[in-house]
Parts: sequence; structure tokens; C-alpha cells
Amino acid sequence: MSSAIASTVHSAPVQRVPPPMAMLAELTHRCPLACPYCSNPTALTPAGEELSTEEWIGVFSQAADLGVLHLHLSGGEPAARRDLVELTRAAVSLGLYTNLITSGVGLTEARINDLAEAGLDHIQLSIQDVSPESADRIGGYKGGHERKMAVANWVAATGIPLTVNAVCHRQNMGEIDALIELAIRLGARRVEIATVQFHGWAERNKAALMPTREQVEHATQTVAAAREKYQGILVIDYVPADYYSKYPKACMGGWGRVGLNVTPSGRVLPCHAAETIPSLTFKTVREGTLSEIWYESDAFNAYRGEDWMPELCRNCERKQIDFGGCRCQAMALAGDASTTDPVCIRSPLRERLTRETERLSAMSPATLTYRGR
Amino acid sequence: MSADTPAISGASVVKLARGVRLHEDPVRGQMVLLAPERAMALDDIAVAIVQALDGKRSLDRIAGDFAAKFDAPVAEIAGDVRAFAQELAIRRLLEIVE
Repeated sequence: MSSAIASTVHSAPVQRVPPPMAMLAELTHRCPLACPYCSNPTALTPAGEELSTEEWIGVFSQAADLGVLHLHLSGGEPAARRDLVELTRAAVSLGLYTNLITSGVGLTEARINDLAEAGLDHIQLSIQDVSPESADRIGGYKGGHERKMAVANWVAATGIPLTVNAVCHRQNMGEIDALIELAIRLGARRVEIATVQFHGWAERNKAALMPTREQVEHATQTVAAAREKYQGILVIDYVPADYYSKYPKACMGGWGRVGLNVTPSGRVLPCHAAETIPSLTFKTVREGTLSEIWYESDAFNAYRGEDWMPELCRNCERKQIDFGGCRCQAMALAGDASTTDPVCIRSPLRERLTRETERLSAMSPATLTYRGR
Repeated sequence: MSADTPAISGASVVKLARGVRLHEDPVRGQMVLLAPERAMALDDIAVAIVQALDGKRSLDRIAGDFAAKFDAPVAEIAGDVRAFAQELAIRRLLEIVE
């Protein structure tokens, strides 16, 4: 209780940090696919360092107590964990809304039925492109697309709601219409069309993946038309290409504001790419409770509120809309995580970024550098 | 709205779709409707409507039951129930039974 007394004594006005709504549990970095834009870090965690079944269940329990409502079981490919059904059952029994984010590869019909029986609430299935040839080339896994089609049918048979997730980039951006139609054919209620984010593996593939301005404008129109056409049939969530936007995205809904990620070895992060910020150190669930890490750790508090903001953001009327943009993007593009996200039109770096984006998007599609396995 | 959009009327019989459920959130002290990538905080009236979407009664029948229970004008309640159900349907949160 001494810490409670201390915080009463130093009664500086502290903005209250809300409890997290969502937790992304990266159960493993193992994955049969090798997508060149994978959101996992370039230094992958080996299987031997993954949290045990008991440790994960302990983390889920802490998350539920902390106020997490949505649990996303992700990876890598979460089906690579032999205890996936057991973990799902535990999460559901804790009252967590449990979502499986999967490539589909590694799931059998029997396993999907077991997941349904364990109470899994929702499945999010990734699709790399519309044609099997292109999809398998992008995913780096022959036969993957065909498998995904089978998985979608098995999911539909259980009644578990399905979201199709498609990362889009220069090599598949012309297919958004067809991707949406494919999602409907597969029985999805939701589709996520998310433009690639250039961190980690995608950063290495910028020249091959950067969309053109024409593609981005066409994609935005396509999505708007499809939303109208399929209202009540399919919910379409769209993450536009922020390199061509006027203002940055409200990354993660604000640093340490809405959600947290736990890596396969239990490191707790405010987002996928947070470890690219070298000044921050992140604790693992073996070193502290989720509650301590969420509310008290330096890393989670680093970019909360406005004190960290440069003057440009602090004086900006959009500071509560986009929170200064993405910290990891500021790190990657400006070499400083606490500066304005360079995609903002008010950033002094925006002009240079526009020239660089146009240069990259005009390059001939270079060979893809695949994610390691 | 397009021609394909499922129309919600007073005669519609609906229930929450699979993967959509009410959850009591003790940390924030509120009721939330949980769905894929969505959590909607509901007030008491919205909770009562959601709980009434039983896949058996029509929306008009539900409104009638509320009007009797709360001694309130049925036309107004029916409009509110329909509008709320329409919102949920657009977000793909309802199964339309008939």
C-alpha cells in the first residue's frame, strides 16, 4: 500500500490511464508461410523460448482481471502451438472474447471443430491474393491458398464468424474488388483490407511493395463503392496507405491507450514494432505483472499523454485524433521516436518522404525478401 | 443502402449472430456488446433491447411488450427498437431469423 500513499502525497495532476481493451498474444513466431511483409520482428524467437501453456493461461487470466475484453491469438502461425485448443478453452472460460488470427495452414477440419467446441468466438483468416499462383508466391508457400479455401469452408460449417484479412501492396492492390468478392464467397462477415506497414520485414521489401499513388486512389474509391454495395452483407475495414495520406494514422489508437502485445517469449509491448525503438526496454511477464507493466513501466508511459510531444504536435488541433502518429514510423523515417510522424503534412520531413515514396513506387518489382522460418 | 441489404421491419424476427454476445465488464462497470473487433458500451435501454432479441418475437411484438411493461407509447418504442436493430444489422451483428 506504500505506493498508493506515495501517489497521494505527490498529487501532481496525472491523467488517468484507461485499462487496455485488447491483447494480442503472439503465441509463437513459427509459421509455414514466409510473407515478405510479416509483422514479426526480423529477429524471430526460437520455439524453445516460447512461454509454456501454464504461463500463457496465467497471462490471459491477468489480462481479464486488467480489463482486456478482446484476446487475439496470433503468431507466427498460432496453429503451430500444439496446445492451441487448450489455450482457447482457457481464454473463453475467463470471459475473454477470443479471436484466432491464422494463415489457415496447420488447421485441419477436426481441429477447427475442436476450437469451435472450446468456444472460439471468431476467426480471422489471411489471404495473400486472389489467384492461387500469386497468393502462393507472396506467401512463399505452395498450396497455401488452396488450403485457406478449405479452411474457410470448414469454419463456415461450424458457424464461427469469419473475417478475411488481406494485406495489400503494389503487387496485389489492383485486386481489391476481387478480394472483397472472394471474402463474400467464403462466407466472411468482415474483411480487412490493410495496406502494408513498412516495419521489420516489409521495410526490407519497400521497393517491391510500395504502392503507387494511382493504386492508392483507386483502392480508396473501390472500398468506398464496395462499402455502399455490400452494406449489411459485409463489413469492410480499410487501412489506407499512410505514406500518401495528409495526416498520420492514430497508430494502435494511441501508445499504451487501447491495447498491448505479448511476444512468444512473454515480452510485453505497446505494439508489434515497439522493439525497433532502441531507447526503450520492455519487461516480460516473468519480470512483472501485466498490470504493473501496463500502468507503471517506463516503456508504456513513454508516449502517453502530451508531455513527450514535440511542439508541432502539442499545438496541433489533431493531437487527440492521431496522437502524433506512429512512434515506430517516426523512429524508422526520422531516426527519432519522439518526433512528429513524417507522414504528417505539417512535418518538415514530409516533402522528402513524398519524393522517396514516389521513387520507390516507380521501381521495377524487385525480388521479394521472404521472412525467415 | 443497396438492394441486397437485409431490410429490418417491425415484422422482423432477429437474434444476436454467433460470435456476438453481451458481457458484463466489471473493470469498467458497464455492459458491453462484444463482436469481432468491436466492443460497444450499452446503456440500460440498449441492454434491455439486446436481451429481448430472442429470435422468437418480432420487433413489433418486443416493442409492444416494452410499452405494456413501462406504460409508454408503443409507436415511439417501436421506432427505437427498429432503428437499433437496423444499426446492429448493418454491422453484421444480427442473425435474421425471419
